[in-house]
Amino acid sequence: MSALVVRGLVKRFGARTALDGVDLALRAGEIAVVLGPTGAGKTTLLRTIAGLETPDAGSLELHGRDATHEPPAARDVALVFQNFSLYPGKSVRANLEFPLRAPGRNLPAPEIARRIRAAAEKLAITHLLERDARRLSGGEMQRVAIGRAIVRQPKLFLMDEPLTNLDAKLREALRVELAGLVRELGVPMVYVTHDQAEALSMGDSLHVLSAGRILQSGTPREVYLCPASPAVARALGAPPMNEFEARNVNGLWHAADGTELCPAAPGSPARARLGVRAEHVQPTGGPAEAVVELVEDAGHQKLLVVRFAGTRLHLAVPRASSWKPGDVCRPRLAPEHLVVW
Amino acid sequence: MKAVRLERVEKTYPDGTRAVRGLDLALEAGEFVVLLGPSGCGKTTTLRMIAGLELPSAGSIHLGAQDVTELRPSQRDVGFVFQFYALYPHMTVRENLAFPLEATGVARAEIERRVAEVARHLGLEELLAQRPRQLAGGDQQRVALGRAMIRRPAVWLMDEPLGTLDADLRLAMCEFLRARQLEERVTTVYVTHDQEEALRLADRVVVMSQGVILQAAPAAEVYDRPADLFVARFVGSPGMNFLAGEARGARVQCGPHGFELGRELPAGKVTLGIRPEALALDAASPLRGRIVVDEYLGSSRCLHVDTPLGRLVARVAPDAPGTRGEEVGLKLTPGELRAFDATSGRLLA
Repeated sequence: MSALVVRGLVKRFGARTALDGVDLALRAGEIAVVLGPTGAGKTTLLRTIAGLETPDAGSLELHGRDATHEPPAARDVALVFQNFSLYPGKSVRANLEFPLRAPGRNLPAPEIARRIRAAAEKLAITHLLERDARRLSGGEMQRVAIGRAIVRQPKLFLMDEPLTNLDAKLREALRVELAGLVRELGVPMVYVTHDQAEALSMGDSLHVLSAGRILQSGTPREVYLCPASPAVARALGAPPMNEFEARNVNGLWHAADGTELCPAAPGSPARARLGVRAEHVQPTGGPAEAVVELVEDAGHQKLLVVRFAGTRLHLAVPRASSWKPGDVCRPRLAPEHLVVW
Repeated sequence: MKAVRLERVEKTYPDGTRAVRGLDLALEAGEFVVLLGPSGCGKTTTLRMIAGLELPSAGSIHLGAQDVTELRPSQRDVGFVFQFYALYPHMTVRENLAFPLEATGVARAEIERRVAEVARHLGLEELLAQRPRQLAGGDQQRVALGRAMIRRPAVWLMDEPLGTLDADLRLAMCEFLRARQLEERVTTVYVTHDQEEALRLADRVVVMSQGVILQAAPAAEVYDRPADLFVARFVGSPGMNFLAGEARGARVQCGPHGFELGRELPAGKVTLGIRPEALALDAASPLRGRIVVDEYLGSSRCLHVDTPLGRLVARVAPDAPGTRGEEVGLKLTPGELRAFDATSGRLLA
């Protein structure tokens, strides 16, 4: 059974359309990541699923029942925000207890204690339980905020860029931990982010959202390797995919300025927009010369920025390679990795 | 003569917090230096002292030949961009961009030329007639960056200027900023907690922690030969893997596994460091473990492997074998091993 099915969701704020017919489906135990820039509608989507916004059109199914018009409390979903708002002056334990003491929950005290103990252990915050929330580091606060969602044992997690306000290093560690934890709990999750690594690594499915519409849904691999449109290609991957306006002349792709690019597969159209990732361009063996403009250190590899065919082409090369600005290279685009739009 | 020189600079706040401790740093003219470190490491305080927004508790700051330690910000020839942009709300984007030039009496035609150029590079052409409050946060940030870069002061000071921008814009802005800095050769101090940004931009990366400089070196050196364990972990995404061992001549023994270092070390406890990309899957290797996390990252994958020597992360090709739950052998690439003193954490070899 699907944990969540969103169909044709529309949400307007006055003249502005925040969600413009969003479809999203999520099976039990799965993580769906929604990637989009600021203002794409990511937060509105989560708030609508949570019942904090009423959709103008479309429907919402939670675990097989129509929840479109259910009040938020009946949906049994837990939201975690970017700006984790803990109760200052209260202990971590009191912060974790709070959602369990909500009116109507009527949980016995031993059960509350048990849930808090279990969540604290999972998040490695047991030693912080009696500490004042004001005396926590950013990473610790975010763990507590996630803990508050976990103790409720909801049917669905909705997380809105929960790691965005943390230091890059901490984000990297928590990304792995959080995905692992949610999988272990077996609770499905919709996770919203604008971070590339989170988008590619955390989810079973990836959904690229732009201006209130889903541009593409698929596995992270499908979306990375075969972006459905240039807009998707630009949204995913750092550096973004290289793009060319190209003409197919006798089975060879040529850029708009006439530069020969690479062979075209049989049956290719006469004109197309081409996309190729930086790691699928070799600096040697191509048909045309180009000059290296910049060499960027990207840690485990280097990026060459090359003036080529009227654009600035990005190529990934091993970090031991000795390319420097001013060198002449011959970019070779791997035809098997070419995306044709 | 150095373009910027900090000597034994200290900053202690009234509550006793020592934000910066005995900091020495000198920049060549035209150099691009990135101060890198986690929140609270003292990088922003250092930048604000160079700008004149904070006074050091001790030590001196020189810009070129001039001692500016006690000078007001307006008396220093610096241009700065902070994470929280401050634009003039009553002026249009065009007026905001032109303001620093008008204030210094640049000719009208030259102002127009430079505004047009900066607007084109930063993608602000459509927004020139708008006022800041009509703009999204990312757009405001680009205007603030453009306003700082339109002028050629003695020093550019930047505090996470790409802070809230989306990923695709970040890279484009990074490259614009670097290209323009190379062209103008303005001495630049840039603060970030993002190690990728630091490596990409810097002539020299200055890694800070708890108010002190741990290493100041070109990006490649910081990455290849980190001065200590903190730098080794902080730089790289993910950072270096560590293995506890015992040095015996040119070998390091980690439990039952011996690794060739290629250089003699004094006998004693060491921590071996190795980058994720220097770990390869090798079915024949005696070092074995189970894959507990398989992270797809597009151009590569990170396999987190639990071994008897601890958890190790290997960066492999996207189509390499290995799935979660599988047992694999791991080989350490010879020549890529670094040894750190287990007590002090300093790089030995």
